[in-house]
Amino acid sequence: MSDGLGVRDVVVRYPGAARAAVDEVSLDVPVGEVVALLGPSGCGKSSLLRAVAGLEPLAGGDVAWDGVGVTGVPVHRRGFGLLFQDGQLFGHLDVARNVAYGLAGTPRAAQAARVAELLELVGLPGTQRRDVATLSGGERQRVALARALAPNPRLLLLDEPLSALDRSLRERLALDLRDVLVATGTTALFVTHDHDEAFAVADRVAVMDAGRLLQVAAPAALWSRPASRRVAEFLGYEAFVDVPAHPAAAPAAVRALVGALAPVPTPGTTLALAAGAFVVATDDAHGVAGDVTVLRSRRGRTEVVVEVPGAGRVTALAPAGWSCDPGDAVPLRVDAAALAALPGAWVTSEQHTGS
Amino acid sequence: MTTTLERGRPAAAPASGPGGGGVPLGRVVAWAAAVAVPLLFLGVFFAWPVAAIVGRGFVTDGTLDLGGFADVLSRPRTWRIVGQTLTQATLGTLGAVLLGLPGAYLLHRCTFRGRGALRAFVTVPFVLPTVVVGVAFRSLLVEGGLLGGLGLDGTRTAIVLALVFFNYAVVVRTVGGLWERLDPRAEQAARSLGASPWRAFRTVTLPALAPAIASAASLTFLFCATAFGTVLVLGGRQFGTVETEIWVQTTQFLDLRAAAVLSVLQLVVVVTALALAGRARARTERALALTEPVDAAHPVRLRDPLDAVAVTVTAVTAVGLLALPLVNLVVRSLRTPDGWGLGNYARLAQPADVLRVSALDATVTSLRVALDATVLALVVGGLVALVVSRRPRRPAGRRAVAGLDALFMLPLGVSAVTVGFGFLVSMDRPLGLPLDLRTSGVLVPVAQAVVAVPLVVRTVLPVLRAIDPRLREAAATLGAAPGRVLRTVDLAVAVRSLGLALGFAFAASLGEFGATSFLARPEDPTLPVVIFRLLGRPGVDNYGTALAASVLLAALTAGIVAVCERLRSPGVGSSW
Repeated sequence: MSDGLGVRDVVVRYPGAARAAVDEVSLDVPVGEVVALLGPSGCGKSSLLRAVAGLEPLAGGDVAWDGVGVTGVPVHRRGFGLLFQDGQLFGHLDVARNVAYGLAGTPRAAQAARVAELLELVGLPGTQRRDVATLSGGERQRVALARALAPNPRLLLLDEPLSALDRSLRERLALDLRDVLVATGTTALFVTHDHDEAFAVADRVAVMDAGRLLQVAAPAALWSRPASRRVAEFLGYEAFVDVPAHPAAAPAAVRALVGALAPVPTPGTTLALAAGAFVVATDDAHGVAGDVTVLRSRRGRTEVVVEVPGAGRVTALAPAGWSCDPGDAVPLRVDAAALAALPGAWVTSEQHTGS
Repeated sequence: MTTTLERGRPAAAPASGPGGGGVPLGRVVAWAAAVAVPLLFLGVFFAWPVAAIVGRGFVTDGTLDLGGFADVLSRPRTWRIVGQTLTQATLGTLGAVLLGLPGAYLLHRCTFRGRGALRAFVTVPFVLPTVVVGVAFRSLLVEGGLLGGLGLDGTRTAIVLALVFFNYAVVVRTVGGLWERLDPRAEQAARSLGASPWRAFRTVTLPALAPAIASAASLTFLFCATAFGTVLVLGGRQFGTVETEIWVQTTQFLDLRAAAVLSVLQLVVVVTALALAGRARARTERALALTEPVDAAHPVRLRDPLDAVAVTVTAVTAVGLLALPLVNLVVRSLRTPDGWGLGNYARLAQPADVLRVSALDATVTSLRVALDATVLALVVGGLVALVVSRRPRRPAGRRAVAGLDALFMLPLGVSAVTVGFGFLVSMDRPLGLPLDLRTSGVLVPVAQAVVAVPLVVRTVLPVLRAIDPRLREAAATLGAAPGRVLRTVDLAVAVRSLGLALGFAFAASLGEFGATSFLARPEDPTLPVVIFRLLGRPGVDNYGTALAASVLLAALTAGIVAVCERLRSPGVGSSW
């Protein structure tokens, strides 16, 4: 892939650290695409982002744009914008001068027009003269986004831009962010530890752990075919069941899980169960049951944590208004949508064909 | 929600600065110049003169000779002076800390009408020229003065009171600056666990303040131990410090070797105190980094015993210790032999008989010299602060920066008298050039700049260090070249503290007496020198003129600092 960002075998090391923060990572971001770098805290995703921006020296590998290496190019000449978690607005400048910071050298009238255009785009029209100290957290990030987009960066890097905000604002801004990136046709690399956010914003998601890239895939493909147990765990799959060689001898729950998937998974593969892989059934027709240990409500829906023989402790969804007591045995059925098989063979093919 | 680990990394690794890999030649040259200019300035005008003095103590006719030491150290007079120096400094420090802690609490943790004015007022003594402080206390305590009946004139008590007067603001500002940023919830947690207000203060707040108190105490000790003008005016023949003794030995006994030995002695005291202050300050800066600024000030509650104590102590201090000498000075300056009037001020314009220089002429000289010194100090101090605020990626670079930081603090402690004396000894042929700088008059602003540089560094540096490195990174990713990042981020933020630095530097230069008294040419004295000369001459008129000149000098310095403090943006602190 020669169009857009090319990251080849990049290694980032910090002095005194035992292992590399980023360990031989390769990743392509074609022009116009939004890729999310998803991973737990400390997995090296921010280090990779900073290395792409030119803020961290490479201990190995190469970063290129349109096939041309940029490793020796200083930060300010790369044309890569960067949006920080906490915005990093210039406190001594007002909103308009913050947004216009990257427009140095263009005529004043053109600057003003561009600032107005971008503030309109991020939903803050007319705030040019505001002191940035008077902005709310969400407004600050909107201004920071406008500032980063103003010089038309060929690539926009976003370092957990929504993480400092509260949940409802974060969910709303994630959608706005996606709209803005699509509307401006911006190529973007987006770091987050929140898979919902990654799925909401990105065209493709790259999962990182311990300095290595585990899987790159479109959100739906990632969710339905996680490449490994580690990826599945990070996406929120909570239980894992090995497909037995002789299903007939296995517990009823395992038989039901294997039977729910088409094609039937081969023995030796592992099934990953997300919350909702079991649903509380209204009748006993499925032959699967579990003992309720916890009954709870999340966003108005009832959930039960059930102990299922052969599957372990899993979260099952229940119909609205349904109730029971801890200790009760409840009938369950399987929902294949919350189930994924983890065949090792899919990992490499996905990584190479997916991009 | 990145972990602290991940957030810590960018902070430790700035994008720009010396020691980065693959830095272009232009930037290397620019940074090298930024390091070299201050190093050269302090090397020639500080290290070399001081080394010359030290050399005089150790070397006679080219050979090592410790005879001077043996001689001077065997004199009872020397040990009396050393004892007085340490006793006065210890008492002065104790007084300033004990009175300053309630002041810091009241002025930085409580709100009340007029707090801003009171804060500004308690800072005034610190910027007053030392000679003026001496004159103010003396006019209060002399026979016939308002408190003449107490018989304190020429006593150690008078000196200690004046030292506390001068250093009160150091404690209030240093401790208060940390106190207002302490998270009140730690104390609230202690209270909720059943601790009384006093126990919560003693077990939670006081330990948290300890680094700031230690830092303020070491600085105060330093200022007290090297006090010159105040002690010279108040101490008479009986009391002195090593600093005044160096002056006495040089100008009255003409014993340069004894002065050199005393300078070495002084250096030992100063370096020890500075090392302690530096360690305490490092701990404060670490603690500050952990604390978000919080607005924890509450209205004064007189029913609360802690508040009541703070209000009482601060009121007595502000009125009795700070305001009384100043008001008395102004009142006394208006008293002439013919009754109340402006006669003393009228005489400021008249050339005094022998000097053929009027106090107003000296004022013009003072302002001109102080302006030159301030420009020098801002350039050198600004460069030092800029270099020392960098956090290079390589450990060797970080160690070098820390070393520079410590090096540039030295002039803060080394006595101005030693510097002035050192100039006299070394500047007849500076760097071997056939050029006697001692007669040219340029040495006065240079010496004053040497004294003012650490003030500039300590005011600008905390502001530069507080800039999040990611702010510079954000600028760079927006296309700003390193030069533009420096101009639009570092400089733009530092400018807000530059006003205060300018004020301190100007005030320090205007009131500088220790070095200036050696270096000012007789026909071009500065105002503090004229005041001291007038005090030494008999006659009610001369004394009255000295009082009027002191009021003029005090008004000038306080006015300049007040204007500069107004230029300062709220929230921009300094370690003073």
